[in-house]
Amino acid sequence: MANDDVWILGIHMTKFGKHPDLDVVDLAAEAAMGALDDGGVGIKDMGVMAAGCLMMASAGIGQQLQKQIGQTGIPVYNVANACATGATALRTVIMAVRAGECDMGLAVGVEKLSGAGLLSGGSRKSDDDTWTRHGRYGAVAPIDGRIGTETMPGVFAQIGMEYGHKYGGTSFELFARISEKNHSHSTLNPLASYSKAMSLEQIMGDMMIAYPNTRPMCSANCDGAAAAVIVSDAKLRTLDPDQRRRAVKVSASVLTSDPWEESCQVLPDVNTLTRNAAKLAYEQAGVGPEDLDLVELHDCFATAELVHYDNLMLCPVGGAVDFFESGATWRDGSKPVNVSGGLESKGHPIAATGIANVWEVAHHLRGEAGARQIEGATVGLAHVIGLGSACGIHILEKAAG
Amino acid sequence: MKRPMNAEGIKLSDQITLVDYLELGDDPHLVANECRACGAKFFDRRNACASCGKTEFHRVRVASGGEVRAFTIVSFAAPGVPVPFVAALVDCDGTSVRANLINVEADPDHVSLGMKVRLATYSLGEDSNGTEAIGFGFEPQEAHDNGK
Ligand SMILES: [Zn+2]
Repeated sequence: MANDDVWILGIHMTKFGKHPDLDVVDLAAEAAMGALDDGGVGIKDMGVMAAGCLMMASAGIGQQLQKQIGQTGIPVYNVANACATGATALRTVIMAVRAGECDMGLAVGVEKLSGAGLLSGGSRKSDDDTWTRHGRYGAVAPIDGRIGTETMPGVFAQIGMEYGHKYGGTSFELFARISEKNHSHSTLNPLASYSKAMSLEQIMGDMMIAYPNTRPMCSANCDGAAAAVIVSDAKLRTLDPDQRRRAVKVSASVLTSDPWEESCQVLPDVNTLTRNAAKLAYEQAGVGPEDLDLVELHDCFATAELVHYDNLMLCPVGGAVDFFESGATWRDGSKPVNVSGGLESKGHPIAATGIANVWEVAHHLRGEAGARQIEGATVGLAHVIGLGSACGIHILEKAAG
Repeated sequence: MKRPMNAEGIKLSDQITLVDYLELGDDPHLVANECRACGAKFFDRRNACASCGKTEFHRVRVASGGEVRAFTIVSFAAPGVPVPFVAALVDCDGTSVRANLINVEADPDHVSLGMKVRLATYSLGEDSNGTEAIGFGFEPQEAHDNGK
């Protein structure tokens, strides 16, 4: 009997890295057509499309993509939600299919960031000729760098340090060792931007960006795209056995924003909304963190990975340092985290990230992850955070039988 | 704006604060917009309270002493921002404040989590009318003992 479950029928990610000869539409088309092929369906089967490209948020990437791969007249939702843009596109399609508006839909995320330099955020115009108050703080001059930092590496550095202040046990070296793990994992991922192992000495000795995050501890800017085809349970039942066998169940799809907390407008709170999303996702899926065979979480910086062990309840409250020290999050540990190499080495083409992490998990659940396969994986979780903030979590399960 | 005098009675320049939540005078301090209904504090101009949605606020003084709850040493910033500098989250008696740590070496040997700090002001310089802008940061309360 059909129910309101939804499934990933097809999914694809491009190689992450430098694609100087491809534009965003080329990359989006490669991902979208790859996902359609993977699902054994075509663009005319799609009833809805959601697409994101954060750096071109007003450019209508969805319709630009349609102009290349099929103008079928379906509704297109161009979405933007910071680093959660891909997850938001995916969730938009899932909601449309679940609502019964159509039985299949396509979600696409794409970004070109190679050569963008370190995506630091923050800005500094030169000071005015006369001090004049501007903006919501009545500031007479730019405040980035004068009243703390608006740079992403600096914001996420403080988030990791705050965890250390609260619970103890953090150090520059601890954060660097998290990065060492992800860079080590990336050596098995042919689609990663950087797939070289890095020693602890190399990581700690590299260029300091915002203490304690050095360059290899920051997400890698790169080009890339990812896309997924979502299908309703009822429709899936009408498809071929091979399509059904490779379908991956979306057991939970959650998006949250940051609820008000005392310090959240001073230093962004990426914890509460992630914890809220995780609770909801585990409830929806009827699984707990102990059931997860692998986790792809948003390690935009090494300092961020640590706090999300706790936020996703992979460890007891306050226990993230001990959890990492136990070796649990290495690929041969009890709770492998970021076996793709994570954003620090796989790369972070922003709007693609929230679908690429789902691709990684789905790949393992299908038993198609090759050299980096987590054997026997049946349940996995994909998490992204967009500062501002938005958190997307998807829990995926292998098709039964 | 009143024209402060120095000890010799020589007129000093007009002053303006970097942000409107810094107040000068004999005892410079920060002020927050506090929600009358729920007590949530904000440093920016408000439309309503992000915690409870109510719209009545009053200005309250924020403690000038605090403790560093988080920090980073920014070595790479937007063009025009001098680096390195220490950005921090300071817990001022229950109110979180974002600020730079100033009058301290910007290295991890001189800055530590839990460090006690106090508000300090500094000059950003004068504009073409001779008005001096005054910014703020937090400085160590005591000489630092080279902790981690
Ligand atoms: Zn309120």
